[in-house]
Amino acid sequence: MTGLTGTQRSGSADFARLELGFADPVHDAQSCFRTVLDAMAHPGSVTLLQGSLAGLPPAPLGPAAISIALTLCDIDTPIWLDPASAAADGYLTFHCGAPLAITPDEARFAFIADAAALPPLDTFALGSDEYPERSATLVIEVSGLVNNAGILLHGPGIRDETRLGVAGLPTRFWAERQALAELFPRGLDVLFVCDNKLAALPRSTRIEI
Amino acid sequence: MDETAVSGRSANPEMPLARRRWLAVLAKAQLGELEAAWDALADKPRYRVLRRAEAGLVMLRGRVGGTGQPFNLGEMTMTRAAVQLVGADGEVSHAGFGHVAGRSARHAELVALFDALLQDPARHDALAATLVALLAAPQQAAKATQAAKAMATKVDFFTMVRGE
Repeated sequence: MTGLTGTQRSGSADFARLELGFADPVHDAQSCFRTVLDAMAHPGSVTLLQGSLAGLPPAPLGPAAISIALTLCDIDTPIWLDPASAAADGYLTFHCGAPLAITPDEARFAFIADAAALPPLDTFALGSDEYPERSATLVIEVSGLVNNAGILLHGPGIRDETRLGVAGLPTRFWAERQALAELFPRGLDVLFVCDNKLAALPRSTRIEI
Repeated sequence: MDETAVSGRSANPEMPLARRRWLAVLAKAQLGELEAAWDALADKPRYRVLRRAEAGLVMLRGRVGGTGQPFNLGEMTMTRAAVQLVGADGEVSHAGFGHVAGRSARHAELVALFDALLQDPARHDALAATLVALLAAPQQAAKATQAAKAMATKVDFFTMVRGE
């Protein structure tokens, strides 16, 4: 069993105030996993994540972000929370059993509620050439997601090209993402979430800005 | 009690001794005893399940040997559950946790329920005096009997002084 290292901490929770997780943990996690898998296989397509949380998601993280956490995070995946979403630490450590990373580069999953204050992308773990999977997956709350408008994407999983419109993201994001492309297979996988909507931008997707 | 207690690290030092004690007594009680106590409860609380009972493994650590270094004795099956009491106004008042040896989901849930009830000042005294005290007495007696039986087999080794 993985122990906490010096750069991780466990959350603090008032258990009487904790909200419930999935209504049906096994089947909800399976259906959420399938949705995330489809989204990753079709980068840039906006899909609905049919949430079945039994309680309210801990603000400011929305139902899609929390469903992703409940599905994918466990004791082997340290989570980093940006300052805006720090209040969700008790919920996530209780329901996922995941340790909290103190610095972004320790995290396998990073949850960003305030996209405007997103740390530079290269502060997250990018993996190594031998082990590219030892990198972070970013789950970013944005204020809007639309298909067929915005940034031009192409690459695996996209026939010809597609467009993804992401509102509320700092413009530097795309330049930083462009700079990471040449590190492939190292890189970051990004999941944009907005309420219960989800769109994926895996590292293999090429963008044109 | 939190994840650290589950993953085999030392007990949470912040937990009051009294709560540790009643959790131990409840966890070691027979399922039938807890069911009977629950059935006998006059005003059953409303509650919701925060974490459904789930079985897992915990590593048991021991300290045997001259140096007292901890070592991993082996894993055992354990079931845990967590519930929240819901008041008349729909507000959650207390959260209770149950960890029991074995695979009994109902046992873990009942321990969690009684743990939550025992944290409620309005119910604590009555439950502590009846349920916990009644369950603890036979457990204590059984432990004493076991210890006495073990003690009877104790052999004192000594070396006789050799004659001149």
